[in-house]
Amino acid sequence: MTRAFLGMPTTAPRGVGHLRGEQTFPAAARQALADPQLRRNLGHATATIRAKSAGVIAEVPDWEQLRAAGSAIKADVLARLPELLEQLEDRVSAAGGVVHWAADANEANAIVVDLVRATGNDRVIKVKSMVTQEIGLNEALEAAGIAPVETDLAELIVQLGEDRPSHILVPAIHRNRAEIREIFLRAMPGVDPGLTDEPAVLAAAARRFLRQTFLSTPVAVSGANFAVAETGTLAVVESEGNGRMCLTLPRTLITVMGVEKVVPTWRDLEVFLQLLPRASTGERMNPYTSMWTGVSPGDGPQEFHLVLLDNGRSAVLADEVGRQALHCIRCSACLNVCPVYERTGGHAYGSVYPGPIGAVLSPQLTGVADNASLPYASSLCGACYDACPVKINIPELLVHLRDQAPHPRGESAAMAAAAYAMDHPALYAAAQRATRLSRLTGRRGRGLPPPLSGWTASRDLPEPPAQTFRQWWASR
Amino acid sequence: MTAREVILARLRAALDPAPAPVEVPREYRRDAPVDLDRLVDRLTDYRAHVHRVAETAVADTVAAILPTGATVVVPPALPPAWLPATVTARPDDDLDNRQIAAADAVITAAAVAIADTGTVILDGSPDQGRRVLSLLPDLHICVIRAAQVVAGVPQALARLTSHRPLTWISGPSATSDIELNRVEGVHGPRTLHLILLP
Amino acid sequence: MRIALFVTCLADTLFPEAAKATVRLLERLGHEVVFPDGQTCCGQMHVNTGYQAQAVPLVRRHVRTFDPFDVIVAPSGSCVGSVRHQHAVVARRAGDVRLASRAESVAGRTFELSELLVDVLGVTDVGAFFPHRVTYHPTCHSLRMHGVADRPVRLLREVRGLDLVELPAADQCCGFGGTFAVKNADTSTAMLADKLRHVVSTGAEVCTAGDASCLMHIGGGLSRSGSAVRTVHLAEILASTEHDTVADERGEQVVRS
Repeated sequence: MTRAFLGMPTTAPRGVGHLRGEQTFPAAARQALADPQLRRNLGHATATIRAKSAGVIAEVPDWEQLRAAGSAIKADVLARLPELLEQLEDRVSAAGGVVHWAADANEANAIVVDLVRATGNDRVIKVKSMVTQEIGLNEALEAAGIAPVETDLAELIVQLGEDRPSHILVPAIHRNRAEIREIFLRAMPGVDPGLTDEPAVLAAAARRFLRQTFLSTPVAVSGANFAVAETGTLAVVESEGNGRMCLTLPRTLITVMGVEKVVPTWRDLEVFLQLLPRASTGERMNPYTSMWTGVSPGDGPQEFHLVLLDNGRSAVLADEVGRQALHCIRCSACLNVCPVYERTGGHAYGSVYPGPIGAVLSPQLTGVADNASLPYASSLCGACYDACPVKINIPELLVHLRDQAPHPRGESAAMAAAAYAMDHPALYAAAQRATRLSRLTGRRGRGLPPPLSGWTASRDLPEPPAQTFRQWWASR
Repeated sequence: MTAREVILARLRAALDPAPAPVEVPREYRRDAPVDLDRLVDRLTDYRAHVHRVAETAVADTVAAILPTGATVVVPPALPPAWLPATVTARPDDDLDNRQIAAADAVITAAAVAIADTGTVILDGSPDQGRRVLSLLPDLHICVIRAAQVVAGVPQALARLTSHRPLTWISGPSATSDIELNRVEGVHGPRTLHLILLP
Repeated sequence: MRIALFVTCLADTLFPEAAKATVRLLERLGHEVVFPDGQTCCGQMHVNTGYQAQAVPLVRRHVRTFDPFDVIVAPSGSCVGSVRHQHAVVARRAGDVRLASRAESVAGRTFELSELLVDVLGVTDVGAFFPHRVTYHPTCHSLRMHGVADRPVRLLREVRGLDLVELPAADQCCGFGGTFAVKNADTSTAMLADKLRHVVSTGAEVCTAGDASCLMHIGGGLSRSGSAVRTVHLAEILASTEHDTVADERGEQVVRS
């Protein structure tokens, strides 16, 4: 490869990680829609979180000003990304941390595997991180004979259930308490056979199960919510305390973060620490936030590694419209308000990033052709844009990406014909009159061929009127 | 080309043509009066127990919270007057994690508290100690003075120093992972007491 | 006031009663309505399906057709959304800066019907009479893109004889979304099923909205499910008077079941 090619924005490689689904969205959605338990679980959970979030957002009189600031800070970050990353590297190194750069998932996985091997351990504890799911780190660790232990409750449910995460924030959102109890009884070593499905009892079981692991595992892997370029400070926002365990107890901490997570200044945290909890879990503040800068002698990990990951982000950045997807702070508010996500769940999106943000982020990270159905997985209702705490215009991005998506040949021809007719009023009027012929296709459109049968499987077509408006107007 | 050079070159190429410089509008609230009642309300809402007492009553309050004979982890510079005679203090002279985990409780001071969000922030000062101290025991008693309370997040960050390890605590350990209902008590301390001094 | 009617291709072709009602209503209020020749489709379907280049001539045609008019109205939130939020983007992407700026100018003069009535014409009581139990579906583009907020409801509250019942989960999308309804038919149908359930739960005789496309979707579902609830465009309700016998008796301005 030439230097010039190496230095060009590049999408995430195939064959590693979890950004590409095996099925198209419509096909995967069809399976999910056929599962009434899943629909009930998702409907209940998303309705709960929507109400909670709306309540605590209503308490904040300057929410819109915070959104505007958050959006602008992220735009500023992207505009100055290379210099901010260099500054971050400088500050983290000065504070005793070691910074690594990974161009893609394979490089990041190799770096982490090597770092863990160097410690001589065959087990790591992990705090929930989207980016390590994105790169398939657990699979890479396992292949190297290292056991990754997910410590977030929902991640643990997913890992013990040999399942896949379906939500950014609550990866086991598709499971209800009864299902979680069954998973624990089946797969959690040493679990009390009298376990009930009370959420507090289930949480206590996870506490008991993981406590020993926390105390005896000297290496942890985390993601990061924010990294401050000005100070070299990393921040992880969490609820359960598993994050604190991973960030405090081990000797060695390895943090993997996407390059877009950097923020310029310490002060910028004041915006995001107000936006994130209220938009994500619907709390005024999440129970625990940890911040650290390099290594603190005598307190916490004495070896700190920061892995800065591209894996397609440079390709997203290269699209002037599409780059706003990199503003995302992974709050998942857009999932919770999305009528499509609420009905299909996260697995239908194929990628670790589901929902509206996934529908615009995954295709850009992989190249649109590898996730061509995702930009269409939306009715463009706009609820995601209203909910986004950093004002990502997801509907605009969806439309933008549809324009880049490969189109079915028949559809392209039909669209070209329609555009031609619509630009020629005489043809257009003739086509309008032809709609009356649809009366011949059977009652209210039943019996139309695909793809129009997609409509008529569940909906009647309107009866074409005797006269179009323009005929009426002309006859006035 | 190292990975570092590759990534930086890619990002620079992606930013060609250079985007216009961004002005960040900061029209959100940065000044607000401190409302101690709001702090209490927010803490209580997230199931923390709040005690508003005079400094001279801290030891008695602790004695009422903890059973006689309870073992308590104590950071190096915690005011001795805060400890009642009824408990057994375990000063942190390099306690190992198992010793800390075996204690019944931990008592710390705090650096800052935020009224709007019901948050207390520990910065590892000698009256707060290492991060692990407030993590492993199942019960955390945190003592904060009214003068350390600020209204909102911006004022809190302005008081904090980035190079110290910080732990922001808003209520006891909790999860929303089961049907998105908040359940208190997972890995961190399951009980949190705040003693608020004037 | 002289008002240009942007009829929209869907109302023109399949729901002319909504467009005719818009004309009757505005004329009754003392305004002159003109129908600019040469208008066809705003290109929304092309843009939303991923064919922006093919939409360029449609944008150009729309701008050329409507540029001479000071006030333009469409009985459709989503088509107004296309004019306001997509035309300039499409033009700019095609490298036509002049067209983009003209498109922005036209967009600034284009109003959804309830906006025109309440904001431009300053009227909420349009003198309508519609003695039916009605529920209102605030279509996504009107609700979120334009923020028409309670304007349609304020108009409906002034309609004599009309019994307005609130639609549960009103802000939820009906699942239409243009080609989404075909490309993701199963998901769209699941969304529609919930919308229909809520509509039927109100006990209303009529479900109204400001967008013929969403009404076509909801109406198509009601029809297929054998429901007696009818869909009627907001313009038709506002155009109805005691004198002008409710046209739904003629069966022309409703989606019949």
